[in-house]
Order: sequence, then structure tokens, then C-alpha cells
Amino acid sequence: MAEFTLPANSVVKSGKTWPAPTGATRVKNFRIYRYDPSTGENPRWDTYQIDLDQCGPMVLDALLKIKNEIDPSLTFRRSCREGICGSCSMNIGGTNTLACIKAIDAFEGDLQISPLPHMEVVKDLVPDLTHFYAQYASIKPWMQTQTPAPPDRERLQSPEDRKKLDGLYECILCASCSTSCPSYWWNSDRYLGPAVLLQANRWVVDSRDEATGERLDNLEDPFRLYRCHTIMNCTNTCPKGLNPAKAIAELKQKMIERR
Amino acid sequence: MSLLTPFKRASGLGTTSDGVKHWWMQRVTAVALIPLTLWVVFAVAAHSGDDYATVAAWFATPFTTTMLTLFVFTAFLHAMQGLTVVIEDYIHHEGYKIAAMIGMKLMLVLLGTSSVLSILRVAFAG
Repeated sequence: MAEFTLPANSVVKSGKTWPAPTGATRVKNFRIYRYDPSTGENPRWDTYQIDLDQCGPMVLDALLKIKNEIDPSLTFRRSCREGICGSCSMNIGGTNTLACIKAIDAFEGDLQISPLPHMEVVKDLVPDLTHFYAQYASIKPWMQTQTPAPPDRERLQSPEDRKKLDGLYECILCASCSTSCPSYWWNSDRYLGPAVLLQANRWVVDSRDEATGERLDNLEDPFRLYRCHTIMNCTNTCPKGLNPAKAIAELKQKMIERR
Repeated sequence: MSLLTPFKRASGLGTTSDGVKHWWMQRVTAVALIPLTLWVVFAVAAHSGDDYATVAAWFATPFTTTMLTLFVFTAFLHAMQGLTVVIEDYIHHEGYKIAAMIGMKLMLVLLGTSSVLSILRVAFAG
């Protein structure tokens, strides 16, 4: 049922301000969510004043500058810095995206950065994605076949069939879409969410995979698939420009086709 | 403390192999309600200002009786499907969920039945 009182440590307090160095000309305020569950203290918004003339162009550059030069305790995930690993997904200026491919000058005024919404926070900008990954594992994201592979070469796929994977294979599982979905916020215990459903569709449409029926069986459920109410936040937020809502619609269409 | 593995938690109690029919019927009733609602709005508006006897005679024509009954039936079916989803979405306590679901369905069956009976009564008894 509805909860009318906030759980402990829900209120985000205002935190420390780290002033810009003297002589800085182009200063931008970065308000960053800070939370360390081990301390028992409430989360807080720390403000870091960054001189943009001494900082790279992307949001990740600013975060790295803060960690390297101002406050080494700031915690976040990052790896490839070119939008292919999906590690630095976070809520930047109100939208889930990748810090490494989001330009700072895309935002006017102060920039607010928080972890992906509605996830347990491990520390600062690091959400706990354990359940998300387990849901991904539950759709068996690998090729399943009865027919053995040809002994002398790989399984063949026509260029037309390969084209059907475009718009699906590019997903990097950054979880931006799933954590932007209200339906996933309320029912993620059972609803698979847009990212995992897009991946499920990637294997359903793969011409080489022979477990299509079992895959659809595994999704046929009022919660796993049908909690999608076509809210479209997933498609709006995807930093890779993919369309998870369309992938989900294709799954629903196949469910009707096979009735 | 729970020692369930993440995979066990994500698998839950498995799939219910259900939901397609509900989803499809919600779409079908939604589409059916477009012409039905338009007809009801315009047909009833066309009778504004008429006296009871004229409207009762209009109710008694087979086409009107059929269309009004279909409209009420489809509208209540669609409402039931929509409210089911709302309850599933927002009520997470299993006991409250079942109670809300049964209460909602009983209420809609009651309202739907009395609406259909009212139409038939005017149509047949005048």
C-alpha cells in the first residue's frame, strides 16, 4: 500500500560547497548527490564550482576533475569514456544518460547530477544493478539451438536477417531506460523493464536462434512483459538513440501472432 | 537476512503464461468504444428536449436497444480491464490487492448489470 512516511535517510540535505579557484572566469556549479550508507548519515547535495576553461568538454571530464583535483571521495563508475561500456550512466540535469558522451555546455546554469533513479545506492553515483543484471540473465541472452553448428564454418545469416538486429545489438545495458521507467520503479521485482525486454527481442528476432517459442513463453506474463504501458520514457532517454518501446511493441505483436 | 541469489529473486515464481488475452481485449474494447461512444453522444444529443414517450419509443427500436446495450457492456468491460491494471500497478500488498480486485469487479458487475437492465426496461416496458 501507499507509504505516507519517508523511510530513514530519504531526505537529501544540502552539503558542502567547494569554491572555484581564485581567478576562475567561466565558473559552473555542479550539484552532486553524495551518499555513503555505511555512515548512517542522510544523503546531501555537494556543490563543486568548476572553472570550465580548465576542464574537458564532457560531464565525465568534470567528474574526473573533481575526483582528481578537488574531492577524491566522490564515487562513480566509468571506464571507456566513449559511450560503449555503459558504466557512467547517471541522472544528469534531470535525464538519465552517459556522463562521457554528454557535453557540459548542453546545460544552462547549474548542473545537477544524481545516481540512476529508484535504485539502491551503493555510494554517491553508484547504483546497485544486481537485480537488473539477474533479470538480464533470466532471459538467457545467448544463442540457443537444436541444430549443431556446421563443423567447418560459422552459422550463416543473410544480410537481410542481420539487418533485423540493427537498433537492438547496439544496446550497452547502461540501465538508463529501465531506471527512467515509472512502471519499472513500481514493479521492478517482476517487470523486466525496457533494457532487458529489448535484449529479449534481440534474441527473438535473431534468425539463427531456435528457442523463439521458449523465449516468448518465458515473457508471457502480466508483469514480466505487460507492465509496459507505453510511457516512452525509455525511448526518450536512451543515450544510444535506440527505441526500447518499439522492441517491446514487437514482442507484444509476436504474442498476438502466435495465439 | 536473505540468502537468496539474485537470479532466484529475478525468477520469482515463474511466468503465469497469461496476459496476452487481457492486453489484446483491452485494445479491442478501446477501438470498439470509439464508434460506440460517438454514436451514443450524437444519438442522445439529438433527443435533447424530447419528452419521455418519444425517447422510450426510440429506446424500443431494435437498433437503439442493441447499440446502447453494446456500449454499456463494452464500456464496463474496458473499465474492468483498465482498473485491473491500475490495481496490479499500485497495490503491492497481496491481501489488499485481492480485496481491491474483487471489490472493483463486484462494483462494476453491479453497475453494468443495472445499466443494461435499465435500458431493457425502458425498451420493453416503456
